[in-house]
Amino acid sequence: MKFVDEFRDRGKAQQLAEAIRHAVTRPHTLMEICGGQTHAIVKFGVDELLPPEITLVHGPGCPVCVTPVELVDKAIALAQRNDVIFCSFGDMARVPGSRLDLLGVKAAGGDVRIVYSPLDAVKLARKFPEKEVIFFAIGFETTAPANALAVYQAHELQIENFSILASHVLVPPAMEAILSAEQCRVTGFLAAGHVCTVMGCTQYEPIARKYGVPIVVTGFEPVDILRGILGCVQQLEQGRAEVTNAYARAVTHDGNHAAQRLIDTVFEVTGRKWRGLGEIPNSGLGLRPEFHAFDAERRFGLSTITAEESTECISGAILQGLRKPAECPAFGTRCTPETPLGAPMVSNEGACAAYYRYRRHVTP
Amino acid sequence: MCLAVPGEILSIDESNPVIRNARVNFGGVVKEVSLAMTPEATVGQYVLIHAGLALGVIDEEEANQIIEDFNTIAELNQAEGAQP
Repeated sequence: MKFVDEFRDRGKAQQLAEAIRHAVTRPHTLMEICGGQTHAIVKFGVDELLPPEITLVHGPGCPVCVTPVELVDKAIALAQRNDVIFCSFGDMARVPGSRLDLLGVKAAGGDVRIVYSPLDAVKLARKFPEKEVIFFAIGFETTAPANALAVYQAHELQIENFSILASHVLVPPAMEAILSAEQCRVTGFLAAGHVCTVMGCTQYEPIARKYGVPIVVTGFEPVDILRGILGCVQQLEQGRAEVTNAYARAVTHDGNHAAQRLIDTVFEVTGRKWRGLGEIPNSGLGLRPEFHAFDAERRFGLSTITAEESTECISGAILQGLRKPAECPAFGTRCTPETPLGAPMVSNEGACAAYYRYRRHVTP
Repeated sequence: MCLAVPGEILSIDESNPVIRNARVNFGGVVKEVSLAMTPEATVGQYVLIHAGLALGVIDEEEANQIIEDFNTIAELNQAEGAQP
């Protein structure tokens, strides 16, 4: 596939790894923000090409993983209603709630549908006007335009039986939460490329300055990731802490203005609870008052549902890059993708799922 | 979740700018996606698609530049490798 295959080229990856070996003189700990990058790193063995001075730790950029169990319980309560068609991205359907998951609701006769896009859920709402169609709108800034567009289309087309259960989170506040933690060992970041396709690079400049960390906007193929690492290492070795863009084919300095305007029309910044990180102020998006009619939590009165996270799952430490999946006693034994204790073992982007799938032969 | 896949625009339905659906070819698989957030995108260009929506048009010049840069990296590696 064009713009994919040439960035998976082994020879180019080895050239970059060699350039990184030449550049490095001391230890550095880099965090890749996005779970999609984590999977590419583990799948293609990018970390195994790196010199021993460089440690990669995996960041919180897996929206399925950071969605709190309380919201999963709310989704389940909605999906159990007879008048509801509940739509979700695929990997969210297997995340355990307090007692069951969305697929369990489907098995028990609930109308739970896996969709590829929130826009498909809007189409379903037009097709089934007698039903309430609800979309589980999780995601980072990358997914915010699609979810905002779904709400905006429903508003413009006067589709009244559509609503969303919103769990939108933002990257910069999570980075600040990680950098402010006492035990933080991250010295540089690979920023999530597609988040920056939407939002641009400017949001990261205050963080790079305040915490003195280089932040390199990075893509998702092995060559892209190695270019991000090289850029980060060069800055660290030279004592610089700047925002640079190693994914210019997909990211501009200012991002996608049309998408930013739409997000701002439909959503406003709000506090959000993150699995593993807790409540972070101004770290998420919620619907603006003009669009409250499309807010499933308001429409169906779900504010009374509360839940605590499982005590056995160490997802909090995993999502902050403090522990690796294989350090968890439940990894691969009591916790597997078939019987997950927590979301990082379920999601395609979860660090635990990546290590289970590609690295089970490696002992901790 | 935040993965986005590049695809080539085959045709665009301009009848409603809020929808702006297009047929996009992903290496042989053709799907209908929305170009509502990339009003500048035209037939023949590659767009990055996430959750059924194009987030941006791929800058082909920048993509080609990276591939060309490898000649420089190879030279640098050789020069570094030649040093004791």
